Amino acid sequence: MAIEVRIPTILRTYTDGAKQVEGTGSTLGELLTDLEQRHGGLRDRLIDNGGGLRRFVNVYLNDEDVRFLSGLDTPVKDGDTVTVLPAVAGGAL
Amino acid sequence: MLTISRSLYDKIVAHARADHPDEACGVIAGPAGSDRPERFIAMMNAERSPTFYRFDSAEQFRVWREMDDKDEEPVVIYHSHTATEAYPSRTDISYASEPQAHYVLVSTRDEDTTEFRSFRITDGVVTEEPVTVVE
Repeated sequence: MAIEVRIPTILRTYTDGAKQVEGTGSTLGELLTDLEQRHGGLRDRLIDNGGGLRRFVNVYLNDEDVRFLSGLDTPVKDGDTVTVLPAVAGGAL
Repeated sequence: MLTISRSLYDKIVAHARADHPDEACGVIAGPAGSDRPERFIAMMNAERSPTFYRFDSAEQFRVWREMDDKDEEPVVIYHSHTATEAYPSRTDISYASEPQAHYVLVSTRDEDTTEFRSFRITDGVVTEEPVTVVE
């Protein structure tokens, strides 16, 4: 069972430069824990101390932002693609 | 150094002026690794705020996927400041996440003159760079 995870440039230091890695799990949370085994430090960039997805990182299951699904509890399955994109944001302050 | 055509420069400024007093934001895509800004993509500011901007997450997904399909990358990421100088703020620096991009800041705080400056932001360090506009 493999789920494809697409990694943005800024997080490729955790994947030895790979723009795509594979993992397993039945929810997004499990998948990220699985990825952490092989790519230590990656999970911390996506999940905060409170155990929730970081605010300024967008995670998509196929083409939907998981914030509009069930966040870390979103079910994932073989053949799905998870994409991570850091939010593009900023402002006057 | 940012080298940009007059036409793209004008599009960025026009977008900033049109959205004032809200911050405007967008991307100029170019062939991956080329450092050439070519394709202008105005983005929606999901915050619609005079002091903050954020790309809408669904739109960002579509645009990033399209760039990937065309073997492009974001060469310029621009946004405007509507009452402060065209210099990266603390939040601009902390959210800068495309290390190869030129971060263009435009200020529309003055009605008659537009400030247009470009910066590299990597690992929290801001370096201003000269802008060459090609006619």
